[in-house]
Amino acid sequence: MSTQPQTVTETPTTRRAYSAERAAGLRRRWWREVSWKYLLAVVVIFYAAFPLVYVLSAALSSSGGLSGSSSLFRSVSLDNFARLNGTSFWTWVGNTLVIGAATSLGTVLMGAAAAYAFSRFRFAGRRGGLTTLLIIQMFPQTVAFVAVFLMLLALGNVVPALGVNSKLALICVYLGGALGANAFLMFGFFNTVPREIDESARVDGASHGQIFWRIIMPLVTPALAVVGLLAFIGVFGDFILARIILTSQHNWTLVVGMYQWVSEEQNANWGLFTAGAVIAALPILVAFLAFQRYIVGGLTAGSVKG
Amino acid sequence: MLTSPKDTATRPTPRAVPAREWNGRGGGFLVKLALLAIVNAFGVAVVLAAWRVESYGILAASVAILVAVDWVYLSRRTVPLKYLLPGLIFLAVFQLFVLGYTGYVALTNYGTGHAVTKAQAVDAVLIQNERRVEDSASYPLVVLRDGAELGFAILDTGTVRIGTPDQPLYDDPGAVVDGEGRITSVTGWEVVPRAELLTDSALQQRVFDLRVPASANAEDGSIRTREGSTGAVYRSVLEWDPASDTMTDVDTGVVYTATDRGNFVAQDGSALAVGWRVNVGLENFVRAVTDTDLAKPLLRVTGWTFAFAIISVVSAFLVGLGLALVYNDERVRGRKIIRTLFILPYAFPAFLSALLWRGMLNPEYGIINDWFFGNAYISWLGDPFLAKLSILWVNLWLSYPYWMLVCIGALQSMPAERIEAAKIDGAGRWRMFRSITMPQVLVSTAPLLIASFAFNFNNFVIIYVLNNGGPRFADTSFPLGHTDILISAVYNISGVAGGVADYGLASALAVIIFIVVGGISAFAFRQTRKLEEIGS
Repeated sequence: MSTQPQTVTETPTTRRAYSAERAAGLRRRWWREVSWKYLLAVVVIFYAAFPLVYVLSAALSSSGGLSGSSSLFRSVSLDNFARLNGTSFWTWVGNTLVIGAATSLGTVLMGAAAAYAFSRFRFAGRRGGLTTLLIIQMFPQTVAFVAVFLMLLALGNVVPALGVNSKLALICVYLGGALGANAFLMFGFFNTVPREIDESARVDGASHGQIFWRIIMPLVTPALAVVGLLAFIGVFGDFILARIILTSQHNWTLVVGMYQWVSEEQNANWGLFTAGAVIAALPILVAFLAFQRYIVGGLTAGSVKG
Repeated sequence: MLTSPKDTATRPTPRAVPAREWNGRGGGFLVKLALLAIVNAFGVAVVLAAWRVESYGILAASVAILVAVDWVYLSRRTVPLKYLLPGLIFLAVFQLFVLGYTGYVALTNYGTGHAVTKAQAVDAVLIQNERRVEDSASYPLVVLRDGAELGFAILDTGTVRIGTPDQPLYDDPGAVVDGEGRITSVTGWEVVPRAELLTDSALQQRVFDLRVPASANAEDGSIRTREGSTGAVYRSVLEWDPASDTMTDVDTGVVYTATDRGNFVAQDGSALAVGWRVNVGLENFVRAVTDTDLAKPLLRVTGWTFAFAIISVVSAFLVGLGLALVYNDERVRGRKIIRTLFILPYAFPAFLSALLWRGMLNPEYGIINDWFFGNAYISWLGDPFLAKLSILWVNLWLSYPYWMLVCIGALQSMPAERIEAAKIDGAGRWRMFRSITMPQVLVSTAPLLIASFAFNFNNFVIIYVLNNGGPRFADTSFPLGHTDILISAVYNISGVAGGVADYGLASALAVIIFIVVGGISAFAFRQTRKLEEIGS
């Protein structure tokens, strides 16, 4: 870290012997300080990547079971992917997309509206409201899943569409956590939009609704995208609420369905699971690697802000 | 034109915007009215449905929500609320209420055997103990059908009366009775032919189980049949006396008295099967600490929850920090590629990773044994110690890339002058790491470390998906295991996924989790405030 090899390249010719000695020293130093880092990198990359290489190999294997999957790429076929068509896999993908999209849309709209109110209006209870939100978000909704389940049992007696085993009910439950988790993030973004912009629009006669929809919302689109994506990923990975609320197979999300595959007959369903896992993970993997720079930037921004 | 927001953003005085282009109440107003109409229609439907099933809590809540919505969106003075209300409603119903309800359920014995209100329990007890009344009259009977729904029609002294399990008997003047006293048709129902009933055994079973109440009052008994052509009145052998709060068995004379525990109990201690939920105070909390069958496993679960959360965070942080430090070295070529390959596990969804490792750790066919241990039979997930090790190992695999990314960011944002100054002062590598690098990294990552601890404290997915909390404890009747953390223990005890349910105890444990996580978050919040003051 402390040496800068470039500085020694322009040594006077008369001191060539010294320079050669210096180069040899540098080389020794490289061997001592840098070479092992490549070695370590190989080890870490192996640790990081071998499960992923294995899942790809198992997905492409023609055997379809866990027992025949240990030799890598012994056979390459798309049998497992074809067999997915005979299962509920694509129904689950559809359910996940529908629930995820509805949740992230609802989260973005409600979060943005709330952030707009907190950022642009001064009203009684504003500070109290912000503090309350901050406190509420410390209590994760998923821990209260027993009460969620009991409430939906009661609600289902009145409105069957909002009872247990309804996708709509699950979306509503997710939306219940929307304000607590995201209003603050958005509040920060909304505060970065200068107030002069909406004040000048107001002078021109724009209503608060027009300022919100036509001026502020387009300006914070990147923040909206981030919040929407976070909400979608949250839905994609949620297990506990989806599992207790969605009871029948045609309503399951990917998490619940694929868990069932592996937990019931791990050996027999392994080919299906690995093929499904490749399909489910690939878009996320690609998006992640493509947007790596932004994600890293976001993480560090978060780390500084807390 | 104001359609492009960029224009307004860059131009300090957007004079090009003519005020008359804003046409006040236009399409937006109509959309608002239409939405309000839909919400009102839905709300009124819910209110009526709640009235029908006598759910007065839901009725009150929906009336309140409906009034609030109409007031906020029709008044001109409630502008901030117009933006806050949708989120607030969802927050109030699906988070605030649910949190409060958890606290309430924790104080009850809600669960299997105590799942209903007292009135419902009384009805259920009466119905369960019905017998045919001795020497009572029997009525000619036919089975009715409407789609999948079944009902009975009986001929009671010249009047045809029909009913279903949900609809007590009522007179049907439109029914047709033939000369031999057989009912041939009734209003709105199909009479199931006798031949079909004799041949379809599934239908037979449903008919024999069918119970049509004689009236809305469970004590009046019901009409049942044993062969599908005659019905008789069945009445409960128990007699309910609301005044003394007792059930009396008219056959044996045994008196069952209602207790404050939510059961009808006889003098000899025997209880009727159906109970109702009652408030039991702090008993669930006391049980969690004193019940010998529960307290010990719960203590171990709590210990493992803390150990799991702390080790997970610390190990992943140290590995991530180490990698960030090692590869924050310009002499290493291809750092970008190395880094990208390092963070691969982070880009693979967590639940898929847990499922994948579950298969890889399979003792018989899994590749871990096959590749690295010479195909030995090592039961990674079946042995308490190895299962814990496996979970920590998998969680490390999942989460070290996150910390690597965070630490890289923290290292890169470190002021170069400070390093320069330390170098000039002759600080060695270790000294620089200890006095400059580490404090700087910790300042920016401390809030994330605490957040990550809170997350792992409730990391249900990895625990449940990888190993279902197994292997099971041998010394308790509760469905708990060596790798269960508190939230998966709540899940197992609650019985929401099947089995014996104890919502009260599960909610009590959830309240304990809330206290721990809330306390940690509050602490983190204050620390963050302090750090921000330092940073600024």
